[in-house]
Amino acid sequence: MDSREDDGGEPLSRMAEWRDVTPLPQDDGPNPVVPIAYKEEFRETMDYFRAIYKADERSPRALRLTRRAIHLNPGNYTVWHFRRLVLEALNADLDEELDFLQRIANSNSKNYQLWHHRRWVVERLGANAGAKELNLIKKILSLDAKNYHAWSHRQWVLQALGGWEDELDYCQQLLEEDIFNNSAWNQRYFVVTRSPFLGGLKAMRASEVRYTVEAILANPNNECPWRYLRGLYKDDIKALVNDPEISSVCLKVINTKNNYVFALKMLLDLLCHGFQPCHEFRDSVVALRTSDTDPLDPDLSMAICDILEHVDSLRASYWIWRKNKLSVAAV
Amino acid sequence: MAELAVDKHVKYILAVEKNKDSFESVVMDHLRMNGAYWGLTALDLLGKLDSVNVDEVISWILKCQHESGGFSGNIGHDPHILYTLSAVQVLALFNKLDVLDIDKVATYITGLQNEDGSFSGDMWGEVDTRFSYIAICCLSILCCLGKINVEKAVSYILSCKNLDGGFGCTPGVFCCVGALALTGSLHYVDKDLLGWWLCERQVKSGGLNGRPEKLPDVCYSWWVLSSLIMIDRVHWIDKEKLVKFILDCQDVENGGISDRPDDAVDVYHTYFGVAGLSLLNYPGLKAIDPAYALPVDVVNRIFFSG
Repeated sequence: MDSREDDGGEPLSRMAEWRDVTPLPQDDGPNPVVPIAYKEEFRETMDYFRAIYKADERSPRALRLTRRAIHLNPGNYTVWHFRRLVLEALNADLDEELDFLQRIANSNSKNYQLWHHRRWVVERLGANAGAKELNLIKKILSLDAKNYHAWSHRQWVLQALGGWEDELDYCQQLLEEDIFNNSAWNQRYFVVTRSPFLGGLKAMRASEVRYTVEAILANPNNECPWRYLRGLYKDDIKALVNDPEISSVCLKVINTKNNYVFALKMLLDLLCHGFQPCHEFRDSVVALRTSDTDPLDPDLSMAICDILEHVDSLRASYWIWRKNKLSVAAV
Repeated sequence: MAELAVDKHVKYILAVEKNKDSFESVVMDHLRMNGAYWGLTALDLLGKLDSVNVDEVISWILKCQHESGGFSGNIGHDPHILYTLSAVQVLALFNKLDVLDIDKVATYITGLQNEDGSFSGDMWGEVDTRFSYIAICCLSILCCLGKINVEKAVSYILSCKNLDGGFGCTPGVFCCVGALALTGSLHYVDKDLLGWWLCERQVKSGGLNGRPEKLPDVCYSWWVLSSLIMIDRVHWIDKEKLVKFILDCQDVENGGISDRPDDAVDVYHTYFGVAGLSLLNYPGLKAIDPAYALPVDVVNRIFFSG
């Protein structure tokens, strides 16, 4: 944790400011035989915290004490909760509180209590805090671009306070840095489907398909854009089947005979939903075979299941089930 | 293939439980109740629950109960639904649920249900589907699930986006599937769709990740695996490869299991690794129930004893 947040670590018992307080020790047994320095500081801080908490003292020094306790143990939800009571009682400057949270964010980036507290602060700051908050979250994400808490919080800020205008560009930038970042793809989906400035999923679909196809062709083994494509056609499977760009990218990837597993899976889904392939599709699937032992199944869907059973062998049982389901449906 | 270093893991867990001075123990102080659940359940799965002093544990747990009926993470902390479930689960492990005033605990939990069927974690209001699962699991263990509005709880869970095979997070998926399993509502789940998304979490090394293009982590051997088992699609992953991955995450010298091979161990991943192996029927381990996250014999004892 950032050492600037801990009042320098001087023992509270030696500080004049705390002379009037009797610390309340934890009531659970004898002291450990070998006290360690940070353990002593922790115990002392929590003893004083307990005293202040019991007395319900909502003062400036109580606020400083919660900061010290948070520094020593940021997971302690009681301390965070009491800090909120004190902030309210003191009518404290919540902009400063946000700055404090930002300073300790990176060492606590997956701490539920911190993010809950942050949301509480931003809620109270209101619409004016939106832009600053989005910027601050960007900084956190620049160190860990997949932090689920940060992304959830960011989505909440957008929905509660706005700031959608630059979000698609931000997703673009993150994807340029790392096209495998599923969180960025997820955020892109969030923006495309919910931003009040973009016209909604259907309006954005064509351009998003083009963008995604490009990403696929650059890295066909990247699971993210394939999932994104499916998302673009959520609840509209007919349109997925009828979009020539989708079947075309499958064909292109399969023809490279490299990293074609996701392409085969997508083609299979298209076939299952009524896609009528021209002979090129069958030719390209046939060309994938490396052994000449068994002839390829005359039904293209079954043939794909056979191939996937071998090339996606971790999920062999799934592909056998899938093939079986097809033959049942065909009857 | 490596084997499960049972004795080393037992020693590791017991050492963590006893050592109140370690840095790990200091930062985990407020969630000691969770730590107790992870450590003790793992010990039970390894067949060594009797290594622990029952009375000491029970006495400490009861000191963590508050007037409201809820339990805190440790003595001197505030109650929260997270620690209430862990407390009840640990008492169930020791067959000591009778020390509880069940109505009191049930009142605490029912008080946390909101209008829309969701659950808050504590009286200060944070809402999360984790808490729905926790409430349902806890009351189910106490045999009083009917005290909450189950219908509303289920419809809230179904309204969350974790189940459409889209962009959910796997602990969230587990909580939703677990809650639906415990309320007899799994028929609402498209098991083929969800099963497919879950089985795609298995990567080349045999481990499971939580989201596309992320690294595998032993804890997903629980979140993903138990979900697959609950929807009856576990045969869609390569179980042997997953067993091997988990075994590779052991520290066979000092005991304990880490998130992935060669990382530092902790009791959280030790529990999830052992629990995952149990779900995969690794020989010598007790069976664990995927919905209750307790040994099957403990669950049977709750529901089938006289």
